[in-house]
Amino acid sequence: MPITRSAEDTMKLAEDLIKGIDNPTCIALIGPLGAGKTVFVKGIAHGLGIDSVIQSPTFVLMRSYQGRLKLYHIDLYRIGSEEEIILLEEYFLRDGITVIEWADRIKGILPDKRIDILLNIKNKEEREITINDYR
Amino acid sequence: MTILGIETSCDETGVALLKDGEVIANNIYSQIVHTKFGGVVPELASREHIKKLLPMVKKILSENQISLEDIDGVAVTYGPGLISCLLIGLNFAKGLSYSLDIPFIGVNHLEAHIYSPFITNKEFKPPFLSLLVSGGHTQLIKVRGLGDYEILGSTLDDACGEAFDKVSKLIGTGYPGGLAIEFWAEEGDPFAFDFPVPDPRGLDFSYSGLKTSVLYTYQKLSQKECVERIKDIAASFQRVAIQSLILKLKRAIDKTGIKTVSVSGGVSANKLLRMQLSELSIDWAVPEPGFTMDNGAMIAFLGYKLLCNGYSSNFNLHANSNLTL
Repeated sequence: MPITRSAEDTMKLAEDLIKGIDNPTCIALIGPLGAGKTVFVKGIAHGLGIDSVIQSPTFVLMRSYQGRLKLYHIDLYRIGSEEEIILLEEYFLRDGITVIEWADRIKGILPDKRIDILLNIKNKEEREITINDYR
Repeated sequence: MTILGIETSCDETGVALLKDGEVIANNIYSQIVHTKFGGVVPELASREHIKKLLPMVKKILSENQISLEDIDGVAVTYGPGLISCLLIGLNFAKGLSYSLDIPFIGVNHLEAHIYSPFITNKEFKPPFLSLLVSGGHTQLIKVRGLGDYEILGSTLDDACGEAFDKVSKLIGTGYPGGLAIEFWAEEGDPFAFDFPVPDPRGLDFSYSGLKTSVLYTYQKLSQKECVERIKDIAASFQRVAIQSLILKLKRAIDKTGIKTVSVSGGVSANKLLRMQLSELSIDWAVPEPGFTMDNGAMIAFLGYKLLCNGYSSNFNLHANSNLTL
């Protein structure tokens, strides 16, 4: 499994991953606070050719961007369990790339065909990133 | 002219009455159902708005001996915010406006925050700089006039208030994080920990790195130290978070030459921020208590200003969770 040594490294990994994807895909990001989930999304956005700044969607739950494919950036930080987000399900497999931060909180309702990205903090700089492709 | 203001963009249900530009009542119901989750849960929030909104409107009218027929316009937040929450207020306002045949004014929540210091401070006039800091936003804006804005800087990742919430959850001091951190910081040593002051290029902000840096520091502490040093962590984090705001504000003042500043949003209630603002040689205004957090008065106030300028909304106005200035 890849180890990244900086935020730039993590972004690059995400960018490379998304370059090989042309179909609507759900990407589940799982990892603790500070593991680099939002940084990973920034890499995906860059790889999709999106210029805008990717701000944390914690407050509004979801932000969308138009790139080579549409990007739906969902953040479930405020969510306790799957019962509380009925409205968001419709975004899971739409026309673009749906990236879900804190996806482990709603495991039961994630689509089966998806990519899981597990981010683990090794130390201040290093992140161990596991990519499980279930598509 | 009497305006009813309604705010339901997040976890506060706000209703207010404004008569000829003066707030006569401003009632806020802060949802407490969220404290155990450490943040706002949207489905719970929208259900709470449904339960509270109608009784709150009835109550504010009867308490002030105002009948429905006395209302000349209804102002309501249509974004940004949580979509399921925005819909409650917006549809209620549309219904009321339709049945009473009075104008309805969709208000941008951010714009309402920008003008919130002027509800009581009528001297303040554009152009001015606005530092808008809340749980969802961190922006520096040059305000030339109503509806005429230039965004000078924004956060590149997390909002400042969001960092307060997340750090508070991390160190176990609870929700809402702004109040909790401020409370614990009071007796802490603000220089106990040397967190780096976020300073991305130009006038942009960044709070994600600071949050992570607090995380590392906290993880290195023993269980005993974690308890003992909460106050020091809170104080050090608060010092750095506020320092970054002041740094950018000073830079914006230098760049634009504008020395009149409005500071609004939930973080504007922070005492350390207010203290540091008073040390700068500038004209600054913050909202009065009651108009700081999300509230109906600021919505009614901006709605009134818009209506006076001949503006009102159509019924086909949609809620927009990502609305910008």
